[in-house]
Amino acid sequence: MEKSQDIQLKGIGDSDYQYGFQDPDVSVFKTREGLDEDVVRQISAMKGEPEWMLDYRLKGLKHFQQRPMPSWGPDLSDLDLDHLIYYVRPSEKSEKSWDEVPDTIKNTFDKLGIPEAEQKFLAGVGAQYESEMVYHSIQEHLEKMGVIFLSIEDGLRQYPDLFRKYFGTVVPFTDNKFAALNSAVWSGGSFVYIPKGVHVDLPLQAYFRLNIANIGQFERSLIIADEGSQVHYVEGCTAPQYTTNSFHSGVIEIIVGKNARVRYSTIQNWSTNVYNLVTQRAKVFENGTMEWVDSNLGSKITMKYPSCYLMEEGAHGEILSMAFAGKGQIQDAGSKMVHFAPNTSSKVTSKSISKNGGRSSYRGLVKIMPKAVNAKANVVCDALILHGQSQSDTYPTMEIDQQKVSVGHEASVSKIGEEQLFYLMSRGLSEEDATTMVVSGFIEPLVKELPMEYAVEMNRLIQIQMTGAVG
Amino acid sequence: MTGLEIKNLSVNIHDKEIIKNFSLKVPKGEIHAVMGPNGTGKSTLSYSIMGHPAYHPTQGEILLNDQIINDWSPDQRSQAGLFLAMQYPVAVPGVSVANFLRTAMNIRRKAANPSDKGIPIPEFRKILKEKMAYLKMDPSFSSRYLNDGFSGGEKKRAEVLQMAMLKPEIAILDEIDSGLDIDALRIVAEGINTLAQENQMGILIITHYQRLLDYIKPDVVHIMMDGHIVLSGKSELALELEEKGYDWIRQEQPLP
Ligand SMILES: Nc1ncnc2c1ncn2[C@@H]1O[C@H](COP(=O)(O)OP(=O)(O)OP(=O)(O)O)[C@@H](O)[C@H]1O
Ligand SMILES: [Mg+2]
Repeated sequence: MEKSQDIQLKGIGDSDYQYGFQDPDVSVFKTREGLDEDVVRQISAMKGEPEWMLDYRLKGLKHFQQRPMPSWGPDLSDLDLDHLIYYVRPSEKSEKSWDEVPDTIKNTFDKLGIPEAEQKFLAGVGAQYESEMVYHSIQEHLEKMGVIFLSIEDGLRQYPDLFRKYFGTVVPFTDNKFAALNSAVWSGGSFVYIPKGVHVDLPLQAYFRLNIANIGQFERSLIIADEGSQVHYVEGCTAPQYTTNSFHSGVIEIIVGKNARVRYSTIQNWSTNVYNLVTQRAKVFENGTMEWVDSNLGSKITMKYPSCYLMEEGAHGEILSMAFAGKGQIQDAGSKMVHFAPNTSSKVTSKSISKNGGRSSYRGLVKIMPKAVNAKANVVCDALILHGQSQSDTYPTMEIDQQKVSVGHEASVSKIGEEQLFYLMSRGLSEEDATTMVVSGFIEPLVKELPMEYAVEMNRLIQIQMTGAVG
Repeated sequence: MTGLEIKNLSVNIHDKEIIKNFSLKVPKGEIHAVMGPNGTGKSTLSYSIMGHPAYHPTQGEILLNDQIINDWSPDQRSQAGLFLAMQYPVAVPGVSVANFLRTAMNIRRKAANPSDKGIPIPEFRKILKEKMAYLKMDPSFSSRYLNDGFSGGEKKRAEVLQMAMLKPEIAILDEIDSGLDIDALRIVAEGINTLAQENQMGILIITHYQRLLDYIKPDVVHIMMDGHIVLSGKSELALELEEKGYDWIRQEQPLP
């Protein structure tokens, strides 16, 4: 009951970004700077892919080249796509044992606490370093039950039919400029299949690490939850702090089968030189439930709008998102709920926090198609501003093509009140502790949805974010 | 003197003088009651003592254990042993009573001893349970969000619970009786008495009703009007006030 609110203020006073350490470049192969057809062919050849995938990549590339940069959101003009390195292979292959992972890389994940977490409370772990998964492993009993948890490349190799049936069906390469880019140069990510009726009780976690500067990471994940199955997938990300920018642009596709339930949680804590432009979407079938729990603390600019396509009757989608924008950061986060069928329901809760001049926005779409009789949609956005020069904006869009629906939208913006701070300070909390406590309370609805270990981690990250927030 | 001392304090709100040359001593171990009509400045006084940034003195001194605390922040005052049970406690959504109290206790322990590792959770739970039991609070109350949707009476009990957990040396109780039902009033008053004795607390109790003072016997009763004390006396003064209202004082005490 109190677990998720465990505010031990010991995080305060830590250095600003504790994952900012950098390891030497140990990569075994890199493509040259920039992007063209040759680079795409090279990536595909490195992976020994079937012809159809190369074709798909090339179509993605063409679309990417033709499509203009999105102009409706944050300014991306500093993102230098011509001088990025699009593919960096850190090691020869993805291992099932940490002992096989090259030392430098293994040490990084040790420092991040991943192998330890795996032993304690995870059903499986995937770890990506630069462009490739270097480790992927799942508990044996789950493997025996037919649960598949592999790097996306191994997924394509070992389960070509299943892979091809779903790949690109949730997020087509034509979806947006960065989905097109990802379709061209994707590398790494997870392939997950949960068989009918199987409940995976502990979370599966994927961890993403960018180490060297000026590179792009384009992971691609495909998660298929068959009828009546359940799974919770957690993603975490960090990178060292450089003066030049890095780029992360993932695509996550999820199929939620009939009566299945999938939760996808993100704790995005990129260093503040990373552009994070991600497309994640789930297609939800009859009476299935998809939940996105999305928290964005790091990055320079994040543009991310998890979405649910509610395809069949009774499908339910939820998005619980939290964005924290500090100095120089833009968090453009939001959601997209599309109701295609009768009796579908969706719920969006967005919490955004801005401090020291950071900007966080909620950009959301609820779309109700003509067939979606009795659809229910509810959106609640709360913003908390810690300083006057910070900013929070809300851009909600509702497109409703059916009369018999119930749609609600509420938005609130508040500043931390002097009275709240005084009250807490009169009990002995410093201004910083008091502010942190108000912020923790503000995001509590999201934190309490995380497994305990992540909730503790999240509170710690918030405390680190809050260090020096006052004054 | 160990305790609270206020010397010639004046406080403005929006350029209007609300507290006017106010003086009072509350030594440790004594209970002082302040009564006075609405809008007289009782809550303003309590905020100024606790260090609310909007209620800064224009003259005079506030002393705690002989130290001038005028420039101390509210958290410094709190850690030095001052406590204010507010007339209108503020809600902090998403922060449970238990979590809040543990954080507050740990911060104070750490201030007293930088190497303190924080109160062990089982010990904390035990103390919390005990204090809640003698304030007759339901155990589930500790997992509710602080003052969020609390009834008037629940807020007041929560204030006393905080005082019980934080063990101040000097407590200001601003209308701790408002909103309490008859039974709750007795329970809360008994709680305050126990704490006062256990900790040799000094108490400044602000109230409109003599009834509370039947339970918590004040050493001195002060009558405050128009920003300062106009009359002080024994506890009988409260009875007299209950009978006659404020008008007789207004007549007898020419206002400055
Ligand atoms: N923040 C404020 N802004 C404007 N006026 C204020 C503020 N705080 C207090 N006042 C005014 O100062 C005067 C004293 O208020 P205060 O709350 O101290 O009175 P009180 O004696 O506690 O009254 P009550 O018995 O009703 O609680 C009142 O006229 C009140 O309106
Ligand atoms: Mg008052």
